[in-house]
Amino acid sequence: MTKVTVIVNGKSVSRDVEARMLLSSFLRDGLGMTGTHIGCDTSQCGACVVHVDGMAVKSCSIFALDVAGAQVKTIEGMANADGSLGLIQQAFQDHHGLQCGFCTPGMVMTTAALLADNPKPTEAEVRHHLEGNICRCTGYHNIVKAVLAASGQDIPAVAAE
Amino acid sequence: MPKDSGIGASSKRREDVRFLTGRGRYTADIQLHGQTYAAFARSIHAHARIVSIDTSAAEAMEGVLAVFTGADFAAVGGNPAGWLIQSRNGEAMKEPKRPVLAHGKVRHVGDAYAAVIAETPEIARSAVEALDVVFEELPAIVDMAAAVADSTNRVHDEISDNICYDWGWIEDNRAAVDAAFKAAPHVTSLKLINNRLVPNAMEPRASIGVYDPGTEDYKLYTTSQNPHLTRLLIAAFVMGIPEHKLNVIAPDVGGGFGSKIYHYGEEALVLAASRRIGRPVKWVADRSESFLTDAHGRDHVTTIELATDKQGNFLALRTETLANVGAYLSNFATVTPTFLHGTLMAGPYKTPLVYVNVKTVFTNTAPVDAYRGAGRPEATYSIERVVDKMCRELGLDPVAVRRQNFIQPDQFPYQTPVGLVYDTGNYGATLDKLMTLGNVSGFESRRAKSAENGKLRGFGLSTWVEACGIAPSALVGALGARVGLYDAATVRVNPTGNISVMVGAHSHGQGHETVFAQIVADKLGIPEANIDIVHGDTSKIPFGMGSYGSRSLAVCGSAMDKALDKVIAKGKKIAAHMLEAAEGDIIFADGKFSVTGTDKAKTFGEIAFSAYVPHNYPLATLEPGLEETAFYDPANFTYPAGAYGCEVEIDPDTGRVEVVSFTCADDFGNVMNPMIVEGQVHGGVAQGIGQALLEGCTYDDNGQLLSGSYMDYTMPRADDLPMYTVDHSCITPCTHNPLGVKGCGEAGAIGSPPAVVNAVIDALQRGGHTRITHIDMPLTPSRVWAAINA
Repeated sequence: MTKVTVIVNGKSVSRDVEARMLLSSFLRDGLGMTGTHIGCDTSQCGACVVHVDGMAVKSCSIFALDVAGAQVKTIEGMANADGSLGLIQQAFQDHHGLQCGFCTPGMVMTTAALLADNPKPTEAEVRHHLEGNICRCTGYHNIVKAVLAASGQDIPAVAAE
Repeated sequence: MPKDSGIGASSKRREDVRFLTGRGRYTADIQLHGQTYAAFARSIHAHARIVSIDTSAAEAMEGVLAVFTGADFAAVGGNPAGWLIQSRNGEAMKEPKRPVLAHGKVRHVGDAYAAVIAETPEIARSAVEALDVVFEELPAIVDMAAAVADSTNRVHDEISDNICYDWGWIEDNRAAVDAAFKAAPHVTSLKLINNRLVPNAMEPRASIGVYDPGTEDYKLYTTSQNPHLTRLLIAAFVMGIPEHKLNVIAPDVGGGFGSKIYHYGEEALVLAASRRIGRPVKWVADRSESFLTDAHGRDHVTTIELATDKQGNFLALRTETLANVGAYLSNFATVTPTFLHGTLMAGPYKTPLVYVNVKTVFTNTAPVDAYRGAGRPEATYSIERVVDKMCRELGLDPVAVRRQNFIQPDQFPYQTPVGLVYDTGNYGATLDKLMTLGNVSGFESRRAKSAENGKLRGFGLSTWVEACGIAPSALVGALGARVGLYDAATVRVNPTGNISVMVGAHSHGQGHETVFAQIVADKLGIPEANIDIVHGDTSKIPFGMGSYGSRSLAVCGSAMDKALDKVIAKGKKIAAHMLEAAEGDIIFADGKFSVTGTDKAKTFGEIAFSAYVPHNYPLATLEPGLEETAFYDPANFTYPAGAYGCEVEIDPDTGRVEVVSFTCADDFGNVMNPMIVEGQVHGGVAQGIGQALLEGCTYDDNGQLLSGSYMDYTMPRADDLPMYTVDHSCITPCTHNPLGVKGCGEAGAIGSPPAVVNAVIDALQRGGHTRITHIDMPLTPSRVWAAINA
């Protein structure tokens, strides 16, 4: 066991972990933060996406020890300070961008990374960027709308391009 | 103006807040004090005899608490099939026992033959590796035609031909159908495969068993679409636990699409293990286990023939299908290829004569059962493909031919030749809507533009009807169901006037917590925020049958409506007492009980409070309290219908198909929340496009699953799909349920695959590839390229 200290959603936390422990398990089992979901074994589904020092990372494909000292942001850290839904979260609710909710944390985290990088993406760019996140419920239509709305763009205009 | 609350409003979903903030509570998220972990030993062979299992090394490992094998469950019952189907010769279907853990033989790759319970998931998995099992490998039975032909190699030793049943629908019509084919001016024939799919709910299955030795109560947290059905199966058939001593909880469930209807052996195992070791036992599937063991969908091989005159009027339809049921009968496996498929073979058309034959076949593959649409996508695909082929053969317009064969609005209720009575519909209206909405008349100019870019463009159409609101107990009972298919709701008005509604339906993405509250709010004239919908816990809800077959609103919503009627009736009694008026003079409107013709009134809240503070009630005639339960068993299925249009572009150099537009005109009856209805259609269409172009579950000749992960099973991703155009403004309300609703959950998956394939064939034909009349799904680039270059 090795002691690892990580700053999760702005709070420093330390735990003893086995070398083989994945970041996803560290968050879920170690810290009880079950908002980060595990949907596959092959880093394909994207339900477990979190940010490590601002980068979107599939937390099932990185060891907890690898993020020692890093800033980790999870879905639990995406709401506004007063607890209300953050901008992206609100756009997902407004545009019905989720159904069962299982892929949603990863979708929101991936969207946040996209918009930080590309504040006004086209529909094609949004679809390309979400390629690593699988949703089985929505058919993506409303997720794409939510992402475009979160970017402050006029949805019909962008979608018509 | 769109409404902002109540029925018809696009109320935002209240459940979203917890899902968006990481506060959803799925089974895998639940951590119980002292919990232990189960891991399963799964067969690497498709078909083998278990010679021996030596568990001693695993049992000796530190941290291992218990090891189970099939022998531990040899004395308990099997997991039954929910429907008894009769063969054409009158014999009952073959129903081999489905054990909790394989005993004697393993019958598919992934078949669990042992389980280890340990202190950590890692120890449990290591101990599974330490099990010493000796198999005697047997030849795998994978191909259905071979399974039927070879009687020496058997999935179940006692079933000589590997056939579960040989079903004819309707057998008495067979001779007339055959005669019509003999006399027909034209016969179109098509052999097609409805490809096997893996449902792939994003949340893998998970179960936690908890036994309390103090009370002898069991609790099961599990990923289920119908907790009461799971409880019934475990109690009455599989384990013999008294039903009242078992509480099944399906908390937030991350999608189901059918695969979480069924009871699986892992649920029984964690309960038995918890009882043995006295601690909670948790199992969470990894994605590999989901691929190997979740019930798969579809997998039909069908020959369909359509007899017509030279003008394309349908005279008779005949099909022969081999349906793969896999290694064991999953709970709905026998009904999906029969009564959810054969009874739909009339489609929206007035075809006078139809005969359907289905042989359901055991193979050494994972069980196959109902997956979104369940039987109806298979029926729709067969019909809509053969209709298109016929139009091409006779040089007829596929739009006009469909229109001329539609059952007309004045013909409802309409008795089909395959057993169902459609209550209502207007198929021409949805087709008209599609033609406008999809700007079909502008297709030719779009095609020309695609051609300039070197692309082949095609348009495909699908007009369909489905039967959902899976329900009437009398009807399904006559068809072999071993359960009733009503649903139930309890409306509990609390003393302060807010309301808890306990429903038998289960939401795993559909948004019941929001929509059901809208209906209650509308009916009682109180704010949606004052209403909570409770579901998924057998200790809280009345006995209901859960959610599948687009039944939640049509069946459970109707039960809720009926319970609300009872609440209002009771409220009138209370109001009559409080207002010193005759009960018959009380009217209820806008959240108020008032005496007709006067200004005397009591608000709903005042009535609620009075019901629980009955200081001066005439107790002989007026009972305190305001809580009502209703069970609702409908008179018929509901029959949503629609017209779907797809435009594709094909790159002839690579064979890659792009869906450039997809348009849906649906008739769902009355719509409670348009936003949610549209979302359901989007998701269904995505799964249909996935089936048509991307998804194919493949076993090799040895029964090894080749498509066992997201690396090799192609899930539709955001950049594979277009924006959809969706409309539900054509409304013929259901005539027999109080809300006039039909159901929208499966429509997209039912109507879309033939539209896509018809569009691809159309594009190829227009592009000069007139030899190509059919390609089997999924229409991958390699298949399309091979067809072009054959």
